[in-house]
Amino acid sequence: MKNTIKQVFHSGKFLVGFIIFVLILAICFIYPVFVTYDPLEMIGAGNFYKPGTYVSQEEAALNEGYTLNMDASESRLATALGVEELEKMQEYLIKYAGIAEKDIDVTDTEAIVELWQQNYNPDMKAKGLTSAKRKAYRRLDASIENAMKSSGVIIAEEDAESGELKEAKTIKGTGYVNTKDIVNKRTFILGTDNFGRDVLTELVAATKVSLRIGLIAGLIATAVGLILGLVAGYVGGVVDNIIMFLTNLFTVIPSFIILILISYSVGTNARGVMMVAFIIGLTSWPWTTRSVRSQVISLRNRDHVNLSKLSGHSMFRIIFTDILPYIASYVVMAMILQISSGILSEAQLSMIGLGPATTKVATLGLMMNWAMQYAAHLNGSWWAYFPVVIVIALISFSLNLMNTGLDQVFNPQLRD
Amino acid sequence: MKGYKKYYGQKLFWYLLTLIFAVILNFVLPRLMPGDPVSAIAARAVGGMTDSTAIQKVINDYVEKFGINKPMYQQFFMWLGNVLKGDFGVSFSQYPRPVSDIINSAVWWTVALQLPAIIVGWLLGNILGAIAAYIRGVFDKAILPFFLFVSNIPAFGMATILLFVFSIKLGIAPASGGYGYDLIPNVSWTFVKSVIGHYQLPFWSIVLITIGGQAIGMRSMSIYELNADYVKYSRFLGIKDSKIVGYVFRNAMLPQITGLALSLGTMIGGALVAEIIFSYPGLGTTLLTAVTGQDYPLLSACTLIITIMVLIANLVVELLYGVIDPRVKANQQD
Repeated sequence: MKNTIKQVFHSGKFLVGFIIFVLILAICFIYPVFVTYDPLEMIGAGNFYKPGTYVSQEEAALNEGYTLNMDASESRLATALGVEELEKMQEYLIKYAGIAEKDIDVTDTEAIVELWQQNYNPDMKAKGLTSAKRKAYRRLDASIENAMKSSGVIIAEEDAESGELKEAKTIKGTGYVNTKDIVNKRTFILGTDNFGRDVLTELVAATKVSLRIGLIAGLIATAVGLILGLVAGYVGGVVDNIIMFLTNLFTVIPSFIILILISYSVGTNARGVMMVAFIIGLTSWPWTTRSVRSQVISLRNRDHVNLSKLSGHSMFRIIFTDILPYIASYVVMAMILQISSGILSEAQLSMIGLGPATTKVATLGLMMNWAMQYAAHLNGSWWAYFPVVIVIALISFSLNLMNTGLDQVFNPQLRD
Repeated sequence: MKGYKKYYGQKLFWYLLTLIFAVILNFVLPRLMPGDPVSAIAARAVGGMTDSTAIQKVINDYVEKFGINKPMYQQFFMWLGNVLKGDFGVSFSQYPRPVSDIINSAVWWTVALQLPAIIVGWLLGNILGAIAAYIRGVFDKAILPFFLFVSNIPAFGMATILLFVFSIKLGIAPASGGYGYDLIPNVSWTFVKSVIGHYQLPFWSIVLITIGGQAIGMRSMSIYELNADYVKYSRFLGIKDSKIVGYVFRNAMLPQITGLALSLGTMIGGALVAEIIFSYPGLGTTLLTAVTGQDYPLLSACTLIITIMVLIANLVVELLYGVIDPRVKANQQD
């Protein structure tokens, strides 16, 4: 036993898969220790806030602040002057200031602003320059002035008695705050989802639930598959025929369809997380049955089994002591695959709206379903669904690697 | 050809039996559950009505129509008779459109998308896997881990990745639908062009997923065969390498075909969900609307059609297998 485990961990593929899987598991258990927020707390008031640190606006404005010799006016100019404004400026410079078109570079905001300041004359009267247009240019000029000056913004407080506004503070263009000084802040590493929930915290909770669904579904599928396979393979005859007929039937009829039919029929009230795991387990056993049966058939007529039979051992004893140990490694491998396909089944079922009908917990599939229903994939909110896809892929990647590694250890013919 | 008759006959009989079971399951499964669909339908129809005699009348009407006052087997034959006539009832969510009409418009999109995608993916995957097994070295080392990871991305995940890169970021492919939203289906060049444009992303996401899994399977099968005794023996005999490789890949191919037959159901299930990402007007999206609209007649028609499609595809693969695998022929001639 010890030797086998040693051998298994010598396989590079198994080790890589194992490490990834253990890391995912570890994050699922360690993260909630440090981040104790409710994973389904709707903290954002709108949907799909970008990833980043959100600091309290009020606190940042009232903070003492520091002065850095770094004027913010330049980036302010860039935000104040859109494509439309730049085109207007270009038009004015060409038509009324007599500057050649090739001397104006619309893409260089700084240069065009400089040209504007040199050439703009608010009192200019020219043909075709209506007063409405002149006013529009004046407004444009004012907004440029506004963006250029670094005198800052005045924050006023309302006097409680008289209702008068009193100057409380002036924020200069060179004023900065250290984010460490701000107490009220929250970092959303992966932004928020459509309900304004912290995606990362939700994802960790969802991964845990999905792993549980996979585990339960895998256990049920393996148990059913193992029992049916053992019985079919060992007993043979009519029993074998019946079981194999059913198995063949359910391999050809897509399990996804049966999954849909059952999930829809149980209704939304009964469809909890456990129910979904149970249904997935009950629809995915044929694979295991098939392979366990063929393994058992090859073992059935081995000498040690015949010896047991001659010694008058009961069927259960023969199955448990003479057959099961020989297929144990195989069953473990099959179960690993069942877990991975269980997680995927849940995700797919949830995506067509037949996942766990609950708002109390999140699963990977439900997160995907919510993101799609709120069109995250069309409005560019990648943080709401890419992490989910990556987690699903990583879980199934790690489980499959472990399976391949085990396969190579127990099946020497496959070794490279 | 005489030998094949028995093989084909057996296969056809077995698939017919499976079809009957699938149809029975499709009927029985929902009716075994506590909330049976017909009373749910009736409850939906009377929702909002206050006059108790009117409610009773509507419910009686439904009871009459679906025959729930009759024994189960009579209900089944009533339902089967309607299905055979192509009558799946009227959709709730798109009332008063008949379900058969909705299915009829959706099923061709799915067939035209998934059939070529799975075939192309399967072929490309097998070719890549065989090359990786034969060349080994850098190509194998670089390409295998990549495919190993890609094959583990679910189809809908690949769909979101392609959508994000090619549609949202690069803007070179349309994001959703089967054709431009401003077009009406007709036989014109603009419409065909739009359909082809919308076809690319769903198609390639299914192809990429299929390639990954198939390449890995083919690679390990080919390595297994390349190490087989007959290969060594042939080499000692001095048979040309290209000839040996031909046999090796033919032998490695056979389990791949069986594998395709076994995994078709899973593949189609995954691809149906990928359709949803692109709002492709196929059966996947129809399933979603059926579920969200609590449209039972539409849902049960969808599941039935998908089952039949998978059965037909499986049957075709198995029949082809009989032609390709010489052992089947040999068996029949004994």
